Amino acid sequence: MIATSQNDNDKKKDNEGLKLSDDLLEALAKFQQIELEDFQMDVKDLEIIFEPGMAGQIMPKLKLPGAVAGGKPLSMLQIPFLPPIETYPNKIAEVTLGATRKDGGTRGKSLTIGGEVSPAFYTFERPMPHKPVITLDVFDMEVPLSKAVKMHVKDVVGDPAAWAKLAVDKFGADMVTMHLISVDPLLKDASPKDACKTIEKVLQAVDVPLVIGGCGDPVKDTAVFEEVCAQFPGERFLISSVTRDMDVEKCAKFIKKAGHAILSFTPMDLNLARELNRRLYDYVVKEDIVMDLTTAALGYGLDYAFTNMERARMGGLMGDTELAQPMSSGTTNAWAAREAWLKMGAEWEPRELRGPLWEVTTAITLLLAGVDLFMMMHPAAVKTLKDVTNYLSGAKKADPSKYANWVKVKA
Amino acid sequence: MAEKKKGGLKELSPITIYKSLPKINCKECGVDNCMAFATKIVNREVELDSCKPLLKPENAKSYAVLKELLKPAVKEVIVGVGDKAKKIGGKLVMYRHEFTYKNPTAIAIDVTDEMTEQEVVARVQKTENFTFEYIGNTLKLDMIAIRCTSEDADKFKAVVKKVSETTKLPMILCTLSPAIAEAGLMAAPKARPLLYAANSTNWKDMAELAMMYDCPLVASSPNDLTTLVSLAKTLMTYGVKDIVLDPGTFINEGLPDTINNFTMLRRAATKGGEELAGLPLLGVPMVAWVDKGETADDLVKWREAYLASMLIVRYADVLIMHGNDGWALLPTTVLRQNIYTDPRKPVAVAPGLKVYGTPDENSPVMFTTNFALTYYTVASDIESNKLNAYLIVVETEGSAIDSGVAGRKLTAERVADAIKASGIESKVKHRKIIIPGKASRISGEIEELSGWKVLVGPRDSSEIPKYLIEKWQP
Repeated sequence: MIATSQNDNDKKKDNEGLKLSDDLLEALAKFQQIELEDFQMDVKDLEIIFEPGMAGQIMPKLKLPGAVAGGKPLSMLQIPFLPPIETYPNKIAEVTLGATRKDGGTRGKSLTIGGEVSPAFYTFERPMPHKPVITLDVFDMEVPLSKAVKMHVKDVVGDPAAWAKLAVDKFGADMVTMHLISVDPLLKDASPKDACKTIEKVLQAVDVPLVIGGCGDPVKDTAVFEEVCAQFPGERFLISSVTRDMDVEKCAKFIKKAGHAILSFTPMDLNLARELNRRLYDYVVKEDIVMDLTTAALGYGLDYAFTNMERARMGGLMGDTELAQPMSSGTTNAWAAREAWLKMGAEWEPRELRGPLWEVTTAITLLLAGVDLFMMMHPAAVKTLKDVTNYLSGAKKADPSKYANWVKVKA
Repeated sequence: MAEKKKGGLKELSPITIYKSLPKINCKECGVDNCMAFATKIVNREVELDSCKPLLKPENAKSYAVLKELLKPAVKEVIVGVGDKAKKIGGKLVMYRHEFTYKNPTAIAIDVTDEMTEQEVVARVQKTENFTFEYIGNTLKLDMIAIRCTSEDADKFKAVVKKVSETTKLPMILCTLSPAIAEAGLMAAPKARPLLYAANSTNWKDMAELAMMYDCPLVASSPNDLTTLVSLAKTLMTYGVKDIVLDPGTFINEGLPDTINNFTMLRRAATKGGEELAGLPLLGVPMVAWVDKGETADDLVKWREAYLASMLIVRYADVLIMHGNDGWALLPTTVLRQNIYTDPRKPVAVAPGLKVYGTPDENSPVMFTTNFALTYYTVASDIESNKLNAYLIVVETEGSAIDSGVAGRKLTAERVADAIKASGIESKVKHRKIIIPGKASRISGEIEELSGWKVLVGPRDSSEIPKYLIEKWQP
């Protein structure tokens, strides 16, 4: 639990309104991280404990013990509840991002995502093999940012290396996404070589694995990615993204040659996702592909994104191999919802809290659908999602006695 | 996955239903004939009770047969009485993509018997007045949870009385003491509140109260599902008709147990056809306030809000919350609306020309995508400001502006085609189109292909009125 010091309380009184989210951030940061032991359990062990195919006989119809008078039981009847464990024919691919010196890169550590053998956080069934990972957005030029976000990054906008460092050191990012917006022919039309210079600076500034993001122009992105692959082989970047209207063969080949991983992006359509993955399988292995099925913001199609992802994950586990890839979510899209940033009536303020909570809600919903990699923006949202994934992946048990008395809590 | 289903959704055919219908094609239900009605029943588009002849005594047997056939995997329970009564549960499926979820998670906001009368009334009114207009829906809160913190039956009785005089919203009476619960029920004997809760020690007395006052009863067994289903079985056998399950809600290190318990119960109900698991589930995000200590209130509200969202995604049918700030409740209630929409319904609207107010040949022309949410947002900003304008809805296969541009669903070709197809050229004298700020990347191409002059408008449609005042000249 957090102890907000008297000093903080005083500060809060001085800075009503706009500074609220700073306080929240501080409070969140002070959160005593509970050390979680790695939850390592062999899946095979579990399968021995829980025989498959139990769903049909979850609660055996037992003879009811206990006396019954006039149809009314006099003492509690006893019925067992057996966890409804299922088995799935397929496993989600495991993808490793970032390469250390030992593996030909310069990163301090690498991260592995995917590998699921059960739906998201069905830990009663099987543990999650890897914790979902968070990568923070860094842009190589000024972009429109909501006020709630801008207040946290205003000092580093325009300096990607400093921004990346802030994201890792202060905001706790597992990874950094370097968005090369400036290469857009309709913006600065920066050259692939310029983009590589930016990446070089970021590689120097932080030692986490990187996602390399393009500008959205299929031709220019291909040229930029090709140069990035030539300049930085072996770093095991995640190249974001390869889309259906790019030269898929060409991209897959140069990305493969440099040893990077591919983000396969499709616009909210599982058939298109299958098709693009199928095309990629001709050149790369499953362990090289993360898929992005498109994230819509809470209130702006999140339901559609959620169901798409949940279906993809269930499909992948059930044997739809073209969907058995780890999933990435552009959770930053939450900020496309005007309710995340717009000044609304007083009853909905402060937006400095509403906004990041909008991103948290979007992220958590998709976390429960099976997303493995979150591309995020607001530091408080990142902190919360990190805590939630740590808790959900942890082996600690609930303590019912602690909460038994909620009815009498004098809140 | 083994998908065993009782009265399973997918196994039902219209013929099966038709067999037990009156087959007189009376059209009283508003449908042309009984077969068409049977199809609507299978698709869960109408309620069985809208077949009036079926409700006659001579058809009681058929009615019972149909009721059993159509029984949802999770029982439906009604809390409260009158217009504001709330149905909870009634779920047919586990996963949203299988079928539209029924009965959106009811959200209750608490009051206690140690709050001042003024505070109680203010909280109840704030709960009742919570509204947010969202794409043609009004988001609202549903219930008042009354907690006994005083352990004083008289105080509890007084606050239940006060709440029931102040609002018609259904109530949840929260106390583990049967004597206090009874005092509360006496203050609102016909209100059919949800009674919280029976546990392994007080169950008999609570069961008697639930039966005497004909109200639904929560069976509570935190983090112990064997005791929970045993309790449910015991109460059911005892004669309690409507039971809601409380598997316990825990924050932080308790999150995995919370999520696992809700998921296991819902899977046992929907995939295993288990009657004892097939009851509405109660979640209590307000446990975030337990042991709060010196934690800042805003942080507790923040945690409570995301816990509520997790429980909405993972199968809770009713939630009890303490925080009532708009910033925290808005994401939660919007998520609830999102999750409970029809997954089959296209998220797109028909493309074409929309006319607002009484535009003339000098009025502004704008375009947006046919993604439903984008369209409704833009439309509402134009309508609520009573603007006279033309809006061309471009076919983007349901993509929003930014994702449409990125995913090449919103292209200059499509915009140019839409301008031509809309017939706008015969309606206005000028040739200027205001495009969404987020589509600025394709402004040059649009000019080239359409021959219209492009004005890059605001990034958000809320700024359209201001933009038109400052910038629009035909």
